[in-house]
Amino acid sequence: MGYKQILDAYKNIPGGMIEAFNAIQDIYSYLPEEAIIEAAKVFNVPVSKVYDVTTFYSMFSIKPRGKNVIRICQSAPCHVAGAAEVVAALERELGIRIGESTSDGKFALETTECVGQCQDTPVITINGKPYMGVTPATVVDILAEYK
Amino acid sequence: MAEEMRVVLRNYGKINPLKITDYLSVGGYEALKKARTMTRKAVIEEIIQSKLRGRGGAGFNTGQKWAFAHKTQDDQKYVICNADEGEPGTYKDRMLMENDPHAIFEGMAICGYAIGANKGYVYCRGEYPHLITILKTAIYQAKQHGILGDFDIEVRTGAGAFVCGEETALLESIEGHRGEPRIRPPFPTQKGLWQKPTVVNNVETLANIPVIIDKGAAHFAAIGAPTYPGTKILTLTGDVNNRTFFEIPTNTTIREVIFEFGGGIPGDKKFKAVQIGGASGAFIAANSLDTQISFDAMSAINSTLGSGAVYVLDETRDIIDVTTRIARFFEHESCGKCAPCREGTARLHELMWKLNSGRGSAKDITLLKKLGRVMSITCLCGLGQAAPTAILTTIERFSDDYEAKLM
Ligand SMILES: Cc1cc2nc3c(=O)[nH]c(=O)nc-3n(C[C@H](O)[C@H](O)[C@H](O)COP(=O)(O)O)c2cc1C
Ligand code: FES
Repeated sequence: MGYKQILDAYKNIPGGMIEAFNAIQDIYSYLPEEAIIEAAKVFNVPVSKVYDVTTFYSMFSIKPRGKNVIRICQSAPCHVAGAAEVVAALERELGIRIGESTSDGKFALETTECVGQCQDTPVITINGKPYMGVTPATVVDILAEYK
Repeated sequence: MAEEMRVVLRNYGKINPLKITDYLSVGGYEALKKARTMTRKAVIEEIIQSKLRGRGGAGFNTGQKWAFAHKTQDDQKYVICNADEGEPGTYKDRMLMENDPHAIFEGMAICGYAIGANKGYVYCRGEYPHLITILKTAIYQAKQHGILGDFDIEVRTGAGAFVCGEETALLESIEGHRGEPRIRPPFPTQKGLWQKPTVVNNVETLANIPVIIDKGAAHFAAIGAPTYPGTKILTLTGDVNNRTFFEIPTNTTIREVIFEFGGGIPGDKKFKAVQIGGASGAFIAANSLDTQISFDAMSAINSTLGSGAVYVLDETRDIIDVTTRIARFFEHESCGKCAPCREGTARLHELMWKLNSGRGSAKDITLLKKLGRVMSITCLCGLGQAAPTAILTTIERFSDDYEAKLM
């Protein structure tokens, strides 16, 4: 489904813009400029208002980014469980820094606050799927699932 | 030995959450049927008598909140389930929704009947995509069975903003805007979603409702601490042997939580501190371990129960480093609407970073105390008001650790 169809599906839902953007990101991994301009038309608000919303929420990206979005939890429970080492391992393995995407467009690396899987820290998510008790060693295997 | 008591987790592991017939076979939706034979006022009175107080952190009397919404006259009212669960170290609402979604819908429908609302929303954080599917499937099944009657439930998904757990920011988000808190009053029970009277309740609060209607207010009020009765789900993280969740009566002590349920500190190390209630919570020292976890007992030691996250640190942990990390959380999550929070959280983090890297002086600590006090009074919402809590309580209770890092 393209962004136009998605926006169309949500246009009659009051406040449905955020729902539509979640659905668009599931497919595009970010919010393309065309989709934002189209959303302004569909929901009958100024483009500036759409940016107002998209830039507020940390899960929305208005910049293109890698297809598989890796987010590493930085909150205190993950912090003391060694989240920093996991960040270092992922940066090393992918050859990019936090906030960047790999040049083949496969991965984006981001930090996040608690994702609510704190029973086994540290935690990362890939496209929303949680991986618990991650170590620098297991990160390699996890990435292989997406290569 | 203190024992677990599963009230809200009554069906945990016993039913398939994706089969409504499982829920029905354990007496599910009977409380809704019963409530609908009672007068609206009688339902609200039952909840008031049970003394149930909100499990989302603020501890407001649930029946009282419903009574306000009931009293406000309008042609349209709403019930909202707050499933934004963002306090670091908390995952109780996820457990509830994963395992027993209908218990929450039943609570919502009872509230809807009581206040006169025919529409409910579950606002679920964007970090729980798998839950969206479970919730939508369960709602579909309830509708198929005609169980909810004229009460409709819709799921809305957040997109990564801690502040959207604050009830008025949540309303803004459902309306499709930036999740910035509103100025209160008016409270949501007067002017809530789309300016209509709205009850916002936490997932765990709602899961208690069917039990109260089913077994009666007196039964519930007799569990745990008299002024904050019932149970609480706690999630244990950090330096504790059993890093898992427990549901316990609210008169259980912190010591029992950590050393009995939690199995103590790993590796024969000594306990140093515990932060209860997530990033917004106070750090508590060993001398307060015999405090009960109930809302009021925690307030009495200038601490909070909050979301029920229990984050334990052993003697080897650097509490200044951890507190710096927590300050970073608030800087990141501040929505920027009010100046004391927008500026204050950045300055708190800056000062903590300076102290943590050994470049701070006693003057910085004085400044932190002053800024923290100002923020706790002047910030628009609970996010900014609670942002200095970890800092202020560690300065007060772990001053030696600060001393040791001074320049
Ligand atoms: C910054 C902030 C975040 C909050 N996050 C949540 C949350 O994730 N879930 C929740 O139920 N309440 C949260 N609250 C509390 C809500 O504002 C509100 O008090 C609660 O949803 C009311 O439900 P209850 O009375 O059943 O607890 C938060 C409050 C603040 C200030
Ligand atoms: S603290 Fe990292 S998942 Fe909760």
